[in-house]
Amino acid sequence: MEPNLEQIRTEAFASLEAVSDAEALQALNVRYLGRKGVLTQFLRHISRLPADQRPEAGQAANRLKRDLEAALAAAAERIEALQAQQDPGIDVSMPGRPAPTGGLHPITLVTEEICQILGRMGFDIAEGPEVETDYYNFEALNIPRDHPARDMQDTFYVSDDIVLRTHTSPSQPRVMEKRRPPVRIIAPGKVYRCDSDLTHTPMFHQVEGLLVDERVSFGDLKGVLTGFVHQMFGPDTGLRFRPSFFPFTEPSAEVDIRCVICRGKGCRVCSQTGWLEVLGSGMVHPAVFENVGYDTSRYTGFAFGMGVERIAMLKYGIDDLRKFFENDLRFLRQF
Amino acid sequence: MKVSWSWLSQYVDLDMPPADLAEALTMAGLEVDRVVDRFAFLESVRVGRIQALEAHPRADTLKLCRVDIGERVLTVVCGAPNAVPGMLAPCALPGTEMPDGKILKAGLIRGVASEAMLCSALELGLGPDGSGLMALDPGLTPGAALNRALNLGDPVLEIELTPNRPDCLSIIGVAREAAAIAGRPLILPGTDPPAAGQAIGDHTAVQILAPDHCPRYAASLIFDVAVGPSPAWLQERLRSVGLKPINNVVDVTNFVMLEMGQPLHAFDFDRLEQGRIVVRTAAEGEPFVTLDGKERRLTADTLMICDGRRPVAVGGVMGGLNSEIEGTTTRVLLESACFDPVSIRKTAKRLGLTTEASHRFERGVDPHGTVRALHRAAALMAEVSGGRVIPGHLDAHPRPAPPRRIELDLGAVNRRLGTDLGPDRIRHFLESLQFAVTPAGVERFSVGVPSFRVDVSRPEDLGEEIARRYGYQHIATTYPLIPASGYCPAAAVVQRRHLKRLMAGLGFNEAITYSFVRADSATRLRLGADDARRRQVAILNPLSEEQAVMRTSLIPGLLETAGRNIALNNRDLKLFELGSIYIASTEAGRLPDEPVQLAALWTGLRRPDHWGQSRDARQAACDFYDLKGVLEALLRRLGIEEPAFSALAAPACRYTRPGCTAAVCAGQRRLGLIGQVHPETAGAYDLKQPVFIFELDLDSLSAAMPAAVTSRPIPRFPAIERDATLILARSLESARLVEAVRGLDDPLVEQIRIFDHYEGHPVPAGKKSVSLRITYRSGETTLADEHINPLHQRITGHLLKTFDADLPA
Repeated sequence: MEPNLEQIRTEAFASLEAVSDAEALQALNVRYLGRKGVLTQFLRHISRLPADQRPEAGQAANRLKRDLEAALAAAAERIEALQAQQDPGIDVSMPGRPAPTGGLHPITLVTEEICQILGRMGFDIAEGPEVETDYYNFEALNIPRDHPARDMQDTFYVSDDIVLRTHTSPSQPRVMEKRRPPVRIIAPGKVYRCDSDLTHTPMFHQVEGLLVDERVSFGDLKGVLTGFVHQMFGPDTGLRFRPSFFPFTEPSAEVDIRCVICRGKGCRVCSQTGWLEVLGSGMVHPAVFENVGYDTSRYTGFAFGMGVERIAMLKYGIDDLRKFFENDLRFLRQF
Repeated sequence: MKVSWSWLSQYVDLDMPPADLAEALTMAGLEVDRVVDRFAFLESVRVGRIQALEAHPRADTLKLCRVDIGERVLTVVCGAPNAVPGMLAPCALPGTEMPDGKILKAGLIRGVASEAMLCSALELGLGPDGSGLMALDPGLTPGAALNRALNLGDPVLEIELTPNRPDCLSIIGVAREAAAIAGRPLILPGTDPPAAGQAIGDHTAVQILAPDHCPRYAASLIFDVAVGPSPAWLQERLRSVGLKPINNVVDVTNFVMLEMGQPLHAFDFDRLEQGRIVVRTAAEGEPFVTLDGKERRLTADTLMICDGRRPVAVGGVMGGLNSEIEGTTTRVLLESACFDPVSIRKTAKRLGLTTEASHRFERGVDPHGTVRALHRAAALMAEVSGGRVIPGHLDAHPRPAPPRRIELDLGAVNRRLGTDLGPDRIRHFLESLQFAVTPAGVERFSVGVPSFRVDVSRPEDLGEEIARRYGYQHIATTYPLIPASGYCPAAAVVQRRHLKRLMAGLGFNEAITYSFVRADSATRLRLGADDARRRQVAILNPLSEEQAVMRTSLIPGLLETAGRNIALNNRDLKLFELGSIYIASTEAGRLPDEPVQLAALWTGLRRPDHWGQSRDARQAACDFYDLKGVLEALLRRLGIEEPAFSALAAPACRYTRPGCTAAVCAGQRRLGLIGQVHPETAGAYDLKQPVFIFELDLDSLSAAMPAAVTSRPIPRFPAIERDATLILARSLESARLVEAVRGLDDPLVEQIRIFDHYEGHPVPAGKKSVSLRITYRSGETTLADEHINPLHQRITGHLLKTFDADLPA
């Protein structure tokens, strides 16, 4: 019997519409397009037709083949979607296979944040030794021997003339001896003081800043540090500049920020004052410039320093300074 | 420095709440820590009425008092002889902080519960009488808080002074600042000299033999003194700032010191041999007993106040027991002197003796206030002790302090501060602080510095005074001009940041440990005698043995951290630290080397316990190869492509285990070390589980890293892989196979990888099986089997021959 193309088409499409699983679909594929499939046989049969009928029949058969292929593909997609809906799937609530997770110490994170903020303001990083001469740690900074200002910092001594630096400030004379103004540097690093209790660890971290140029004013100091505080603690953070004393700056200022815990109402963290001391600063003392050979009539500058642990405690709500150096993994993993 | 409102008000009439003054002082550079009403503790001391007395069942001298405190009646055990029914007396409730600092607690007294405490005036710091209960006005209401009932209130400002402001180490000094702030006049006490005449010269003399240590020494004599308690007003003043009254003579010296900032000393004149004062330095090793009863050895540069024969006081620090004022003292020599700050500081440090006097002298007292304070104290002492001041006074003044004048360029001040203050304002600010201002040309002042401001010597110091008075808050915020050129950050800084991030990405947590370690850390690390890391920088004044020397390796800190964590049950640790070590210089007086290193530690499980693994995999501990993989990944990320790991011979292994330690090199350059921690070292840190570490030197790493990354073309033709499995001597390092293949330098060999390693049956004992995978690729063509098979066979053959290896059976 001579197969009728139209009949094949009708039948095939009806079956395709009804098909609902992959197996039946594959059977249909074989039935029509397989090597012994209905359409394949029909194509073979064309060669037996009279020559004048062959082109037309061939075109019709190929058209049907294309249509069928498209319909099969569509049915396959439909069945897959159907199956996806019914698939019991996997238990996605099971924990994933752990990927390695390490982290940086909070002191590193905060130091880097400080350096980034000040870096954006044009400060370059300078570094100096942690085991330092008495000269750079004290004398070059206008802190003579046997001066009460030495009591402000309990010092670890290595010898009469060598100390563990008590602050990052020695970087000031060290840099100025090597560079002519303008100077804009920050110096992050470890510092040491002979003191250990609830609020002191014998080692801690500071970031020092120094800017020297012609026509630098106390107003500029206020501008840079206000910008810093707003980037570090948020643009709405209140701050105040309060007269203080450092032997190497004149005038000197402590920078207090509104307590980030109580927002100024008074709490344990700010000792009920509503303010937190976060920075020491001031205009570079002319004696410091004289020690490094800068012309004090031409150059002015300001310097500042901050404790990284203090800022990290405020930023992360860390209540105990000693946690930083205990390195309990449960602490380190929080950052 | 404590300043009571009641005392301060004697010198300045302040029309502002104490809290406002505290705020203003803080903003003027005198940081007020807190303001505490010194009578606030009386809030929990109630007016109590004794209703009835009963005998104490177990003590004859004690009584049980029924005390009405308004809302209830308490039972109080009391031994006061004057307790009688109907009497009103202070009744302190539990929780009260008494003036001596004790917190009152309810308790049993001889077996009877006492719910509160009936107090004497002395116990409450309200008077000198400690003989019995403080009898209160019968008109008071029982239950009322005592501070309210007696209308007691006296805020005390606790000021944390910076070392540059010794002028404020006195009530008048603070009053001076307060007066400037409030725009009120300063009212100074009378300091009239005693009756004129030189009668004093008939009795005594002052000789200064050490004028560099003592530029000025003044003295008065007060005779017919009756030593006894001070009058109530004087006691009250001292108490208001937390000082205990002693006797009228000593109290006057303390009072004037607190009032004017000039330390004074009173000698019993009759105990001064030859009745005269000699100021000189001590003889080396001379013993001396100070007022606190301690014998001290003096050094040759200690300044001593002596009588005609022997020392009687450590000048400016503490008096001597041998000339102390006693109850029987009738004639007093009063000292008011000016000492060299450095001399006093050295002495105080050496003796470990800081006193109110030394604290002030170290910082600098007013060289022109010496005699004023002397007159003030002499007159007061005569007044409160019934004595008389001998006419005249002595004033040895070999080194008068020159007056200080500072030329002030107002333009420079404004430029430095960023202000635009006119001459009138500047003048006003300075004059309010008692600077003497004289115009000296256009925009210039000549400024006389008051003698008490020992901290002011430069125009910049005046600038600070002006800024302080103007208020920092009023100085406009501006921004410095900064060139847009920017800068290249230091390579070392960038590298450290990069390394830390890589280590964190590889699953390690950063630790920061103390830079100081135990002195025996080098021994714990089993370092050889000539190891550079034995050259520790020792701290002369360490806080503890654990922190005695600067570290010469990061390993002790990490091992200690691991030990502490394991003790806390954090057993699976991947830690790293990046920081300096400190190697002492071989030359004396030179600073140590501070190379920066990276060290990592892995101990515990290879992977966090997880459901998707076999039981064995779950319990697998990390090993050498786990950490080596991390190190390889790290070095690869740094562009160090083919680091060499070579086994370290046993004698070279110090803190790592022989046979499980490798030196890490890039070319000829040694970068560091990787290995398992030596059992002895691990034991020293109480580590029982295997611990693996590596350490790298950052300078060496930098030198080994390529300066820049250059992109290579991506291969256009496919590669072919071929494996070769060889049976080799177990002792042969597998890396030698890779080196051998690479040594053939065949352009088609792209990569050689060891992908399997096996020991045990059927591989014979003493042998191991190692499998290599070689990747072949040509840059010009797609390789075919016929290209590669002969080449691969040749390579395999070369390996078999070179290493005396066999193919697997």
